[in-house]
Amino acid sequence: MSAVIDSGHAHDEHAHGPYGGVMRWVTTTNHKDIGTLYLWFSFTMFLVGGMLALAIRAELFQPGLQFWHPEFFNQLTTMHGLIMVFGAIMPAFVGFANWQVPMMIGAPDMAFARLNNWSFWMLPVAATLLVGSFFVPGGASAAGWTIYAPLSTQMGPGMDLAIFALHIMGASSIMGSINIITTILNMRAPGMTLIRMPLFVWTWLITAYLLIAVMPVLAGAITMLLTDRHFGTSFFNAAGGGDPVMFQHIFWFFGHPEVYIMILPGFGIISQVIPAFSRKPLFGYSSMVYATASIAVLSFIVWAHHMFTVGMPTAGILFFMYATVLIAVPTGVKVFNWLTTMWRGSMSFETPMLFAVGFIFVFTMGGFTGLILAIMPIDIQLQDTYYVVAHFHYVLVAGSLFSLFAGFYFWVPKWTGRMYDEKLGKWHFWLSIIFFNVTFFPMHFLGLAGMPRRIPDYALQFAGFNEIASIGAFAFGLSQILFLWIALKVTVLGRGEEAGQRPWDGADTLEWTHLPSPAPYHSFHEQPVLG
Amino acid sequence: MTNRRVNAIGAALLALSGAAEAAYHWNLPTPVTRVAGEIYNLHLVMMGIILVIFVGVFGVMFYSIYAHRKSVGHKAENFHENITVEIIWAIIPFLILIAVAWPATKSILNLKDTASSDITIKATGYQWKWGYDYLRGEGEGISFLSNLSTPQDQITGKAPKGEHYLLEVDNPMVVPVGKKVRVLLTSNDVIHAWMVPAFGVKQDAIPGFVRDTWFRAEKEGVYRGQCAELCGKDHGFMPIVVEVLSTEKYMAWVGEQKKRMAAAADDPNKKWNLSELKARGEKVYAANCVACHQANGQGVKGTFPALDGSLLANGPRGRHIEIVLNGKRGTAMAPFGKQLSDTDVAAVITYERNAWSNKTGEVIQPSEIGSARK
Repeated sequence: MSAVIDSGHAHDEHAHGPYGGVMRWVTTTNHKDIGTLYLWFSFTMFLVGGMLALAIRAELFQPGLQFWHPEFFNQLTTMHGLIMVFGAIMPAFVGFANWQVPMMIGAPDMAFARLNNWSFWMLPVAATLLVGSFFVPGGASAAGWTIYAPLSTQMGPGMDLAIFALHIMGASSIMGSINIITTILNMRAPGMTLIRMPLFVWTWLITAYLLIAVMPVLAGAITMLLTDRHFGTSFFNAAGGGDPVMFQHIFWFFGHPEVYIMILPGFGIISQVIPAFSRKPLFGYSSMVYATASIAVLSFIVWAHHMFTVGMPTAGILFFMYATVLIAVPTGVKVFNWLTTMWRGSMSFETPMLFAVGFIFVFTMGGFTGLILAIMPIDIQLQDTYYVVAHFHYVLVAGSLFSLFAGFYFWVPKWTGRMYDEKLGKWHFWLSIIFFNVTFFPMHFLGLAGMPRRIPDYALQFAGFNEIASIGAFAFGLSQILFLWIALKVTVLGRGEEAGQRPWDGADTLEWTHLPSPAPYHSFHEQPVLG
Repeated sequence: MTNRRVNAIGAALLALSGAAEAAYHWNLPTPVTRVAGEIYNLHLVMMGIILVIFVGVFGVMFYSIYAHRKSVGHKAENFHENITVEIIWAIIPFLILIAVAWPATKSILNLKDTASSDITIKATGYQWKWGYDYLRGEGEGISFLSNLSTPQDQITGKAPKGEHYLLEVDNPMVVPVGKKVRVLLTSNDVIHAWMVPAFGVKQDAIPGFVRDTWFRAEKEGVYRGQCAELCGKDHGFMPIVVEVLSTEKYMAWVGEQKKRMAAAADDPNKKWNLSELKARGEKVYAANCVACHQANGQGVKGTFPALDGSLLANGPRGRHIEIVLNGKRGTAMAPFGKQLSDTDVAAVITYERNAWSNKTGEVIQPSEIGSARK
């Protein structure tokens, strides 16, 4: 009896750090705690950004102005974009990195534990500035998430709050990246050479380098914007010798790698899930690594394909078009590798696998439309229309978001020691993928017909598809409430079957083979030895 | 039970057929220029290629999902590396890309060739309307602004929406059929974009810079587009309408415009009285100011300042004239001196100083604006 009590006591002491309650989370330096914080934070922001999206779709359900003034509508589209990109998708992947990278390389924690705490706790501050900007005079920034000058120099103080928020989030990302790179390069278990690392770790290593390279570029752009706004400089003001188009060049030099920052770790998750549920090793491991690296390198020389309509010289257009279509090659290699991994495997379709296969299917459609947009003459017709909106939601929702869902269902048994509700998980998948397509597929047709993006009201010829898209959006939004329940049930409420150390028989990375479920608060005190 | 289900299905079908009555456009608009035709075909070719790849790739995937399942007892094989296969599926897409890059390149060279045009028109983006100046060729010297003509009541749902809701303007751009029209684009405030899908034209209008594009419309008719770059509050309300006329009709239109412009030119020395200026100023206000400052002069709290009872409209007139002429840097207040004549500026300021609860009784003469410009 006393042994039982003792072990319970010992368990308490080691279940988390020195503090309990809220202080546990404020002071934590544990990679698992911080991962959890990142994930809950990003999910909260996902719900906030989602509500903004529904406010947009409500206005667009019918032609005419029903709910919002045009200027508030512009605030909604701007903040939806900023919150989803910087508040939801990016921190969610950092959350996965925190939980998984140390466990997958056999390290006891992240390299810089206190820095890790700091990089998380900057985010709620930034989020408060961002969301709080709705309540300052003039409201939030309404210049689009791309905050193009000189429109953004016209905005009220909401723009300044957004700029500060982006600065803080950028600093947080850079610190997180330094931590991830140091951890991966220095703390791998003996025998885990670079070329034996799980692909999720590889993709995050490359992503972290991308972040360090481009977040300062964004910081530069928005700082110049800030001085243009308040200190009389003219970086982007032609009347003072500046150039508005220069803002776009700088922004997209950050922005295009940013797109890959939001998808490469997703590729990593999919590359763990597909082999696990095909019960077969990943096909073409090294070509996957090379493909990821080439996508990262190419991402630096394609930025101006976002600007085909600014009026570039012909030679510039041709260069950026050719470079852009080249990206199809490594991306194609990845898709073919995943398919070949599935080929002649022994597949089963639990929720993680459903999301992974759904990812391949829908993300590839986003890749196809990307190829169409890369062809400059076609882009002339489609630039700044709903076709672009459809394209990037196929890549970011069906791509990044679905990969995050796949990762959550895949790893949550390891995190909590319990299985999520499989039946509800499957419902979540089918509702998500169906209503995702109901929402975004019609937008391709809207774009082809010439409906510009970011407008609060539209001509009657666009009415039909907008109606369908709005219905789909509300159904998609409600489906995510189901996910909230599934997540609460397995994490906070701790309900679900015991998972056991290795619930997925095809999963063979260190966290499954060497650690019990739930993974102990401190794992890999002693380095595992790989054969 | 069955009855209820039948009813539900009936209702769903009804909803569907209702939706079917709403407009659905599935593809790019019918092209009326060679460039737009090339783009249309390029898009079809791309869709064809993509469809073939799609069927191939996902045919394999779904067959695999069907056949290689654990639940049907399929045992996993263990292959995981094959250099030959990897090289093949890197090279084949590469070859396909080269094949589509060739026609795309030809098309780019064509659409960037703005040389030897018959008519040159400058289009200027304003928040939130377009201005057209005919610079060269038949019609040289014609100049006008092009505003959205959809009534506010249709937008707010107080009146039924017309056929060309949000895609109609008071003064469309007019061009002759079959002539190469070069459009120079610039902007007065923020970046706008001039888009006419039927012509295959979209070009950003950038403040402080001039960019160009061109089209040669092959069919008479009215073609519509919208501003394509987010430019602030009324970005969705600054359409583009181009009327393509036969050469004879175009000549007649040019003659008419010249006459209208001569008639509209105001005598700079005319002395105006308060009621004349107020009446004219109200029209100028409705066309230029009402979007932000509102018809009641109250503005939008926190975003656009009120004029009714404001210091600006009741204080010294010099400051008022300066703001209207030169705008206010860092805000949406545009320098209207570039768009409006002396008489219009004088009228609108007189109106603002004598409308709503503002009762200065001041009359600002056009000559005063003329000297303020210097």
